[in-house]
Amino acid sequence: MAKAPCQEHPQKVLGWAAVDKSGTLSPFHFSRRENGDDDVTVKIQYCGVCHSDLHLAKNDWGFTNYPVVPGHEIVGAVTKVGSNVNKFKVGDRVGVGVIVDSCRSCECCQQDLENYCPQVIFTYNSHSKDGSKTYGGYSDFIVVDQRFVLRFPEGLPSDAGAPLLCAGITVYSPMKYYGMTEPGKHLGVAGLGGLGHIAVKLGKAFGLKVTVISSSPRKEAEAIQRLGADSFLVTSDLVKMKAAFGTMDYIIDTVSAVHPLAPLISLLKLNGKLVTVGLPDKPLELPIFPLVLGRKLVGGSDVGGMKETQEMLDFCAMHNIAADIELIRMEEINTAMERLAKSDVKYRFVIDVGNSLPSRY
Amino acid sequence: MAKSPEQEHPVKAFGWAARDSSGHLSPFKFSRRATGEKDVTFKVLYCGICHSDLHSIKNEWGGAMYPLVPGHEIVGVVTEVGPKVTKFKVGDKVGVGCLVGSCHSCESCANDLENYCPKTIFTYNSKCHDGTMTYGGYSDIMVADEHFVVAIPDSLPLDGVAPLLCAGITVYSPLKHYGLDKPGLHLGVVGLGGLGHMAVKFAKAMGLKVTIISTSPSKKQEAVERLGADSFLVSHDQEQMQSAMGTMDGIIDTVSAVHPLLPLLALVKNDGKLVMVGAPDKPLELPAFPLLMGRKVVGGSLIGGLKETQEMINFASKHNITSDIEVVQMDYVNTAMERLAKADVRYRFVIDIGNSLKSAA
Repeated sequence: MAKAPCQEHPQKVLGWAAVDKSGTLSPFHFSRRENGDDDVTVKIQYCGVCHSDLHLAKNDWGFTNYPVVPGHEIVGAVTKVGSNVNKFKVGDRVGVGVIVDSCRSCECCQQDLENYCPQVIFTYNSHSKDGSKTYGGYSDFIVVDQRFVLRFPEGLPSDAGAPLLCAGITVYSPMKYYGMTEPGKHLGVAGLGGLGHIAVKLGKAFGLKVTVISSSPRKEAEAIQRLGADSFLVTSDLVKMKAAFGTMDYIIDTVSAVHPLAPLISLLKLNGKLVTVGLPDKPLELPIFPLVLGRKLVGGSDVGGMKETQEMLDFCAMHNIAADIELIRMEEINTAMERLAKSDVKYRFVIDVGNSLPSRY
Repeated sequence: MAKSPEQEHPVKAFGWAARDSSGHLSPFKFSRRATGEKDVTFKVLYCGICHSDLHSIKNEWGGAMYPLVPGHEIVGVVTEVGPKVTKFKVGDKVGVGCLVGSCHSCESCANDLENYCPKTIFTYNSKCHDGTMTYGGYSDIMVADEHFVVAIPDSLPLDGVAPLLCAGITVYSPLKHYGLDKPGLHLGVVGLGGLGHMAVKFAKAMGLKVTIISTSPSKKQEAVERLGADSFLVSHDQEQMQSAMGTMDGIIDTVSAVHPLLPLLALVKNDGKLVMVGAPDKPLELPAFPLLMGRKVVGGSLIGGLKETQEMINFASKHNITSDIEVVQMDYVNTAMERLAKADVRYRFVIDIGNSLKSAA
């Protein structure tokens, strides 16, 4: 008979889980493995609330395995290290992102692209190599192989830095891969939420001109005055959209709802690239003529490998880039999820786990 | 009062034109300009029948201006050159493809990408700078600015080289631009028609492994034995398609009918590229998950600039590449169009203009 979650492993853990597709989260007792030779145990201080957490809590993508403990933007302190661990010591400030393991031997893993490994194990809603479920950062501690733990650089705040572990790498990786780093070029950022606002900050740090493309006119003042965007386009303003046609070298599309691609493709110059990092639950409509007539492309990208995630954290520390957050207590998570569903957050909720979730530590 | 096509210009010309969207072609008297100082005038010997000719005469893309003389795979022998022409002389074998003019001042033109100039003048169904219509190669003579004329090496038979001027460059350009031109890479080619068979020949000459993806099992034997494809997948054969998943570095998709992208995205490896050169007139469904999970890309491409077209002809000459053609007489053209609509040709019709286009008395 399958063991109950709190009996699977030797260490007891308290977290918050969704148990059905209502997505409502509530306290949940489960367990984690003992700290192995290659493992690091992290007492969790903060965990970002990613839109993927909401999608998975509600089974929007159809593959949620309940009960699910979300959370993959985890920052905390090391409390234990295994005998083979050389990168970290007790007391270090570390992060855990979207991935907690991979096959380690395929071509992707060998190229530091663990995120594309066909056997990647996600921080939650996945299965470990021993077959047991993985549970995420809405919990008091986590045990992770050192390869999948990130050093949090000096100068990067733990709370505002937590969202970089998913939102940050999700936009940083394609910006590097698709060459969106040439100073003076023009980047469009579609969607101004958790991912979008970090893309604006990174774009400015790369020396790009940045235009935010959004369906919410109310976001304009802040986008320009606080985030540093150079301009703002409201998608329903057809006149302004048309005036901007053929002006952008690239666009990062962070929108996770189904939305039309045609207007975004029109904004691109010749050879322009539209990179989508949102995951709508239905296919998008792709008009082919504009791709052919302008030699444009639409590409995808999914988080990033461990090496690149560390590089991203170091880059952000150096350029003083962190997320704009609203700190919440664990018990406020359901209200936060409702507000997230309406994009009512500037721009990421972060759970103050350390101060609001009772812990064995 | 607007001049009639016969009176617009000083030099009498004769061709076959469509008068309306039935697409039926019939003899048509018109005129061409006198050889200007930078012009090359040539006697047309052969003209390929491109599927675009069929789309255009039937007004399938809208914008047809009747009477319409199609044909943009035109080859012949120079009869006159203007005083400022430096690249050609009387007697030279030359060709004209899809373009006869561009602005010469935009960024695209400056980068030898006249095909992407916003003011391109197409070989037919376009307006010249003087406001007159352009008429294509289903005609006895052509006059074009030398910039838009390519030299045909003696080593290549004129009839077999004609289709390279559109079909050839349409696949050659994206093979280079998307990096699918390196020995050892694995290329998929969707659709085995005028474009598809050229893609196979070029890719094999570049040292790639080539797999054809087709709806017609009947094309397999010839594809493998005569064209030199390494393998052949029938697209509705689930087992075959599944066994080839994640094996291709890129795919050139030549199919212009609406068709699913998902199975093609599944065939490419991580970081793989699906390049559209056929242009379905309705949007296609783009599933986000496969695009993101493999960092894959869907891109487009449109013919090529003049410099690259000449480079492609020279490459073809070096590797002895010509199109597989069925030579037809001018008065067979309507039957050829009917057969083309049913993909009943291996793999391009070429009209023997020189021997079968008789000037009406």
